[in-house]
Amino acid sequence: MEGLAHQIIAGIATGGIYAAVALALVMIYQATHHVNFAQGEMATLSTFIALSIIQAGVPYWLAFLATIIVSFVIGVVVERVLMRPVQNAPVLTHVGVFIGLLLIIGNGTGWIFGYTTKAFPSPFSSEQPLLGGLVSAHELGSTAVTLGVLVLVYLFFRHTSLGLAMRAAAYNPRSARLVGVRVGWMLALGWGLAAAIGAVAGMMVAPVVFLDPNMMLGILLYAFAGALLGGIDNPAGAVIGGFAVGVLENLAGAYVVGTELKLTVALAIIIGVLVVKPSGLFGRVVTSRV
Amino acid sequence: MPMLLEAKGLRAGYGPTHVLHGLDFLVEDGGVTALLGANGAGKTTTLRAVCGMVKTEGEILLGGENIAGWATEDIARRGLAHVPDGRGTFMELTVEENFRLGAYVRRDREVQADFERMWAWFPRLRQRWKQQAGTLSGGEQQMLAIARALLLRPRLLLLDEPSFGLAPLIVQEIFGIMRRIRAESGVGILLVEQNANLALELADRAYLLETGRIVVSGPAAEIREDEAIRRSYLGY
Repeated sequence: MEGLAHQIIAGIATGGIYAAVALALVMIYQATHHVNFAQGEMATLSTFIALSIIQAGVPYWLAFLATIIVSFVIGVVVERVLMRPVQNAPVLTHVGVFIGLLLIIGNGTGWIFGYTTKAFPSPFSSEQPLLGGLVSAHELGSTAVTLGVLVLVYLFFRHTSLGLAMRAAAYNPRSARLVGVRVGWMLALGWGLAAAIGAVAGMMVAPVVFLDPNMMLGILLYAFAGALLGGIDNPAGAVIGGFAVGVLENLAGAYVVGTELKLTVALAIIIGVLVVKPSGLFGRVVTSRV
Repeated sequence: MPMLLEAKGLRAGYGPTHVLHGLDFLVEDGGVTALLGANGAGKTTTLRAVCGMVKTEGEILLGGENIAGWATEDIARRGLAHVPDGRGTFMELTVEENFRLGAYVRRDREVQADFERMWAWFPRLRQRWKQQAGTLSGGEQQMLAIARALLLRPRLLLLDEPSFGLAPLIVQEIFGIMRRIRAESGVGILLVEQNANLALELADRAYLLETGRIVVSGPAAEIREDEAIRRSYLGY
């Protein structure tokens, strides 16, 4: 029984990471109707940047903040320089650019920082187990951080006029221009925000899975499964989906398929959702006229 | 004193095909200009050209400043609001959020006062305040679109067929409100409308378009009285 409780809690902790990455995917999907395959590699790059800053002797939380800012800027630049010229291009062009971005950032990261697996520090003193050994300090801390980020993003989109303008630009760019919203910049801001959220996820997951250039590959898959499960066009749904996938994955790994086959759970969810309910649990059903 | 809006030799189209072949027209400060004509005459394209949604040639002077070739969002920021065909409301957002977006570029302190003015003109929108715009009736959505546009505090309002697809009673209500808006706000209006009778009642100047050219122009009252024009162009 205690084992089960522990698996669920650990699942929630990784689920928070998936939820954050799923949210980043959904944000860009809503604005562009494309899934950014490079979201994971961008987060890995951010985590390496964080490690370099920490190793330079900067206190953890300061490095954390600096990494978020740097990642935000990288996201904005990627949109302005790479995505903007192809914004009206056909779907395949986008897929090509995303795959190119994935390879370039992934290999670039390996080239600059090396391919050896590195330990990444956790800001939460991790030795003493809490709640009678049910949960580690890092699990608790990283869940709090990802939840904090999700709440902040929610408040930003709900209650600020910039957040409202970003939603308007994503839903209806033509009308957004008519009220004076600079739609192109809203898109760039969205990329920046997604990159920043991904950076937080990377920094929170790295102490658990260790840091190497392919760190986010599996996580992106889980996050994508979560986003699909919740509904790829629904941010709240994607977050719930991310948490659900985290718990499911952990339980399946512990009791059903074993750790080696855990990643198949993500693929099974992706295929299952696409076959049974393509719009996800909370997504809108899209009907297109032919 | 410059005209509120003056188009000179306005040409526009989609891709290589031209839809407008050199239009000249005016909107006076606080005046209402109606663009009339059959389907496909180029009325909607004219509005799109004025707010930078299609490629144009020629001059478009807003308060004496040539805005031809500007981006739509910059034109909006100069005080030009457009209620496009299909209304251009944000269906996924609430009425309140649509209001807030309408006033998005404004930094003055009178936004709340303008909200209250809109509630007075469109009481139904206040009742639907927290509702998603997509759940509103067609008439309410048209009202929301007009309110959203007016919240920009525009100098010039472009309206593309505000009566389209609405029941006659709702059309009467909307035109009643528009007469009030005209009297109380001093905003200039460029109106495209299929219902020529209604449009000419509200307008003080009118242009008749035929396949991208202006064939008749003059004071609205004269066009309304001219039997020959009415019969051959307006069909009533």
